[in-house]
Amino acid sequence: MNNLVDLEKKINSELGTKINTSEIKHNQIYLEIDSEDLIDVILFVKTNKDTKFRQLIDITVVDYPERSKRFKIVYLFLSHEFNQRMILSYDISENEVISSLTSIFPSANWMEREVFDMYGVNFKDHPDLRRILTDYGFEGHPLRKDFPLTGHNEVRYSEGQKKVISEPVKLEQNYRNFDYESPWEGTKYIKELTNTNDKKN
Amino acid sequence: MTKKIKNLNLNFGPQHPAAHGVLRLILELDGEVVEKADPHIGLLHRGTEKLIENKTYMQAVPYFDRLDYVAPMNQEHAFALAIEKILDIDVPIRAQLIRVMFCEIGRILSHILNVTTQALDVGALTPSLWGFEERETLMTFYERASGSRLHANYFRAGGVHQDLPAGLETDIAKFCETFPKIINDLENLLTDNRIFKQRNVDIGIVTKEDALDYSFSGVMIRGSGVPWDLRKSQPYDCYDQLEFKIPVGKNGDCYDRYLCRIEEMKESVKIIKQCLSKMEKGPIKSFDGKITPPSKKDIKQSMEALIHHFKLFTEGYRVPQDEIYTAVEAPKGEFGVYLISDGSSKPYKCKIRAPGFSHLQSMDYLIKGHMLADVPAVLGSLDIVFGEVDR
Repeated sequence: MNNLVDLEKKINSELGTKINTSEIKHNQIYLEIDSEDLIDVILFVKTNKDTKFRQLIDITVVDYPERSKRFKIVYLFLSHEFNQRMILSYDISENEVISSLTSIFPSANWMEREVFDMYGVNFKDHPDLRRILTDYGFEGHPLRKDFPLTGHNEVRYSEGQKKVISEPVKLEQNYRNFDYESPWEGTKYIKELTNTNDKKN
Repeated sequence: MTKKIKNLNLNFGPQHPAAHGVLRLILELDGEVVEKADPHIGLLHRGTEKLIENKTYMQAVPYFDRLDYVAPMNQEHAFALAIEKILDIDVPIRAQLIRVMFCEIGRILSHILNVTTQALDVGALTPSLWGFEERETLMTFYERASGSRLHANYFRAGGVHQDLPAGLETDIAKFCETFPKIINDLENLLTDNRIFKQRNVDIGIVTKEDALDYSFSGVMIRGSGVPWDLRKSQPYDCYDQLEFKIPVGKNGDCYDRYLCRIEEMKESVKIIKQCLSKMEKGPIKSFDGKITPPSKKDIKQSMEALIHHFKLFTEGYRVPQDEIYTAVEAPKGEFGVYLISDGSSKPYKCKIRAPGFSHLQSMDYLIKGHMLADVPAVLGSLDIVFGEVDR
């Protein structure tokens, strides 16, 4: 359907209880569902003649470490026929395993590998769930909020051992993250950091 | 007596001139026929998304130049548009025209590089020599506007960083007159060239259905006959006021994609000409002092401007809590930014959707059953740049 409001009504009436919330914002539809309804909802929006979200644009995750359901999984869809975009999301807890979309959209393969690599979210029935962007033998999931910006290990060529070695990151200077939004608390925070650490900022 | 034959595993790259960067491609060969291709990417992964989460919105812009480094400003455009939509600010018309003009210059930059290196991969040296001369001219335009040839850092939320220097518009207009001749020269060398056609026609065919399934965009989907271009279908900035055509292929093979790129360059020249003719003197960024820095003159005169300047370059501007996906038609396809703001001056999350990522993923599907010699041809026509694939 070319009209966004009609499209939202259609999805809501057809899928009923499977849609938790729907919203139209910035000319796009935002849907929130439950993780167990994922396959049903996606098969519907992909095949229904009024929606035809035939293209999966991207899959990503938003990390909210303070929530009990920590990860928000986000799927971005595009319908060429009706020139509409849809953003589908649901929340999962840290160790939950979610369904893979590779059988519905072949392009989901690498996108899910990236999500697995960057956030450590596991997919069931994924044909080839390996790390994709990080180095061979990398540990940790870099895009999680609790992963430090400077990382844990660094690699360098060791002249002594004549090979590339991996060792813990050594910084000449601490990573400085000034909090400009509240300068008075900021100085205290920096004071604490310098007191507990022998390296000066 | 039967003999057991084992398939050969060939390691293509990561250092190979036809890999267009750092691609490690593990090929399983049966004789000279490719059975399976497994691209290993990530050798240029720099954690751009993580870095952006730790930088203010203004500091994040340079990271976008370093994604698809052959068309830097197109990426900045997507990010600027995302912030503008959340902040709900208007961009002055002159700034829109400048941005569109430089995006089209970026498109020509990228397509020249792709067309000529694809020719290089299949054995023609001359096109790259001719093409790179033009790229050099275009990069001097970048330099004159922004100060650097490649990593421009020129687009801002609400406009562009600074106005065009005197004389640049006339020089770009002159370029628009001479450049179509160069495209013709390139076409004379390649379009009807027997060797070029033998290497590209009917190689790496993508059907309409598969183009959708594999999340293709840009030339990869248009080459297969789907008339889809975000500049037309979801126009941003002033694209809806400009006249241009969308070239569409028929067969979806490497040769059609080459033809599409050549035609797109011609359309880009038309767009640049229209931008130049529409351009009038005027503001080049939004007047909102909370978002755009004040002029040097104002800082000397006005206390408020000084405060704004200080706050903008220390704290940065705050973006209200929101969630948005914006996409632009970058030379390689749909380049999107999925931005989550939390009300502070740094993005909470910024997912970058790079077209090359989906395109490279289909390598296995495209190359299966082709000969080893077709690998560079297919790879060339995918238009892969590792800055954006690895992020």
